[in-house]
Amino acid sequence: MLKKSILLGTIAALAVVPAAWAERGSDGHVNIIYWQAPSTMNPYLSGGTKELEAASLVLEPMARYDEAGNMVPYLAESIPTVDNGGVSDDLTSITWKLKEGMMWADGTPVTSADLVFTWKYCTDPAGGCAQSEKYNDVTDVKAVDDRTVTVTFGVSKPFPYGPFVGAQAPVIQAAQFADCLGAKAPECTDANFMPIGTGPFKVTDFRPNDVISFDANPNYRDPAKPAFATATLKGGGDAAAAGRAVLETGEFDYAWNLQLAPDVLANMEAAGKGKVVSSFGTLVERIMINLTNPDPALGDERATAKHPHPFLTDINVRKALSMAIDRNLLVEIGYGDAGRPTCNVLPAPEIYKSSANDACLVQDVEGAKKLLDDAGWVPGADGVRAKDGVRLSMLYQTSTNAVRQDFQALIKQWWADIGVETELRNIDASVFFGGDPASPDTFQKFYADVEMYANNFDGTDPESYMANWECKQAPRPETQWQGNNMPRYCSEEYDALVAKMAQTGALEERAKLAKEMNDKLMQDYIILPLVDRGRVSAHSNTLGGVIMNTWDSELWNAADWRRTRTQ
Amino acid sequence: MTDTVPDSLAAARPPQSQWRNVWDQYKTHRGALWGMGFFLFVVLAVLLGPYLWTIDAQYIDIRARNQGPSLSHPFGTDQLGRDTLARMLSGGRVSMFVGMTAMLLALLLGTLVGVVAGYFKRLDGPLMRLTDLFLALPLLPLLLVIIMLFRDTLRSAFGPETGIFILIVFVIGITSWMQTARIVRGDVLALKEREFVIASRSIGTPSRRMISRHILPNVLSPITVSATLGIANAIITESALSFLGLGFPSDFPTWGRLLFDSTDYLQQYPERVLWPGLAISLTVLSVNYIGDGLRDALDPRIRGR
Repeated sequence: MLKKSILLGTIAALAVVPAAWAERGSDGHVNIIYWQAPSTMNPYLSGGTKELEAASLVLEPMARYDEAGNMVPYLAESIPTVDNGGVSDDLTSITWKLKEGMMWADGTPVTSADLVFTWKYCTDPAGGCAQSEKYNDVTDVKAVDDRTVTVTFGVSKPFPYGPFVGAQAPVIQAAQFADCLGAKAPECTDANFMPIGTGPFKVTDFRPNDVISFDANPNYRDPAKPAFATATLKGGGDAAAAGRAVLETGEFDYAWNLQLAPDVLANMEAAGKGKVVSSFGTLVERIMINLTNPDPALGDERATAKHPHPFLTDINVRKALSMAIDRNLLVEIGYGDAGRPTCNVLPAPEIYKSSANDACLVQDVEGAKKLLDDAGWVPGADGVRAKDGVRLSMLYQTSTNAVRQDFQALIKQWWADIGVETELRNIDASVFFGGDPASPDTFQKFYADVEMYANNFDGTDPESYMANWECKQAPRPETQWQGNNMPRYCSEEYDALVAKMAQTGALEERAKLAKEMNDKLMQDYIILPLVDRGRVSAHSNTLGGVIMNTWDSELWNAADWRRTRTQ
Repeated sequence: MTDTVPDSLAAARPPQSQWRNVWDQYKTHRGALWGMGFFLFVVLAVLLGPYLWTIDAQYIDIRARNQGPSLSHPFGTDQLGRDTLARMLSGGRVSMFVGMTAMLLALLLGTLVGVVAGYFKRLDGPLMRLTDLFLALPLLPLLLVIIMLFRDTLRSAFGPETGIFILIVFVIGITSWMQTARIVRGDVLALKEREFVIASRSIGTPSRRMISRHILPNVLSPITVSATLGIANAIITESALSFLGLGFPSDFPTWGRLLFDSTDYLQQYPERVLWPGLAISLTVLSVNYIGDGLRDALDPRIRGR
């Protein structure tokens, strides 16, 4: 009898466990608005932040970075280090172990084969993988057993957390993407729009550049999460509308990247429906300078390394463009407390921050004029400088956004002061950052002379970020216009620094190299950093659990989001 | 019933030209008069305004940003310290110019198609199906595609502003001639059966002279009316394009662009939306009134009543 009651008690106790399941989906629906609409759910096919973030609801890496920049295991059991034996002593291999019992949303188990496949998928020589720098120097990914893989690097890798870490390198399902390798990758519409993942949500409906609908993932590893049964990620519109939808009307729970003038944002928050959250990371609003000729007359070869730019290849011109800009004023107009003027493309973490370029913080119009005079660029009758029949006349493109258009207008005037003519163009953000190789208006194609946008890197290690400006990273037809080296910068010296950093272990030494690379880019003036931007987002007062994270996707902890009852 | 009044009236009034009669009738339409007055005022303002109000519409005076109306800036300044009045004037110039040119293009196409379709029976079917085809085209998506395809070519040929101007005028023109064509065709069909047309055909008047002498003058009234409506339509389309952030470069003011830029500041500085919004609505309204008045004035059955 006693035995029986114990047995019954055990059964009852077991029955309680499924009761915990009731927690999942108990908070109904969450509405997220991204004013740049995601065009794919496959982060390997897009360099855009919006795609990475949307995909992070579904696809997960082995480990993510938390709000302080520390790694936390997601699919992995623990973070491999040299101390726990996960990283080999010579720093050439790292062994990841999956958590026990990990399931894809379709109920099949996650195995080491999926990790091996993910690596193959992104490094296929025929395909353009937007995140290939994450897999730099990887020579092999081997499945040791069903739950363990060993990543081998060709060189010693002091920071071996490139592959499978962060929002840019999640694990995709081998079974789903098996036929999508290489050049066929963009054609797998179903897989790219509705990837099967391990994250808290699964896609139920994907409309490119519009709305994505999600259901809670029934096979999510924590049976109590996510708290929301369904989610909608609405894309499109503009930052002001998104901010208003969360802060003033309360129609949406979370709005991403509210790039709005400071007074506008403060005014919205005053309505009392939500909170603005921000934190500083590595996001830098910058102007990229095209070193190749974007002239439409060149046809398919425009903006490729075959045709150098007629005047931006002159460093004096690039330097003068930088000197003419008043970065403090830009911050005041566009960002207020959410921005800081910067002269570095690598502004954080602190140990990587160079102080060698801070002269750019002071605007120097006269100096810029003198520089151009000395270089032989003399003003013509219309005030525009020219040399040997080449006029300093540029096309300046960016995405459509009120703050960016204000920046454009201001910078145009400063450049006009030093005798450089500028034509402005703004392109819908979904197209500009969309990465569609068929569109002429993407930031990778860069069919303009200069372009402005913001970019950052996830995690705290700048190695793969600084590798963005390696020669081979230049977007070109052969890579389906993927790649992050927008200026098409090509310097053996720089490439050597990238290679050296990949082999250097000591943190101080790495910091020194990173600074050196940053200084080289800055002193070559191929990137003109403008503002170190805090990420600014907003969530409604009834959405709990939001932890703003600048080191990974902002939606990194969407599994913990919940509805708070108090208004 | 020996009513001599009409005779005495006719004697008292000197013979008048047809246009004088039209004007007399037009004058009785109060809205049309106001409309015309306002329209002329706007045209003069945008043509002469920039010479009188000499602040450069694109000049940024960052210290004077977000100012309310004052003597030095009667309409205030925007978030970068650009003078709103100057931007209104030069923006209006572009908007009005786009409106008028696109209207002329649409009118030309519409009249041509309408007259040809109405007059030559064999061409009627094909041309009217073509008209139906164009009516079925959605304007904005078509504009987006055309702008993406031809922007670079035109830009390199004519420069950024002229290139986009040509593109926008062309696109608005070729997508808004259909109403005119249909109206004109209907009138031509009716006119063709009138006695004076049949009579002149019987004495062997060739078709081109028939059209230029007898048909065209008689369809002038519907053409004029649809012309006025066309201006309004073109101004609105251009504003919509600028509002979407397409069309002209972002620092090149047009009324639609000014409206677009101000929407972020709707709550803090509502007057910034008000000026361009008012300008667009009042101009369109005045043009509509002018059309209304003209229709009454040009219709001999209403005239003199």
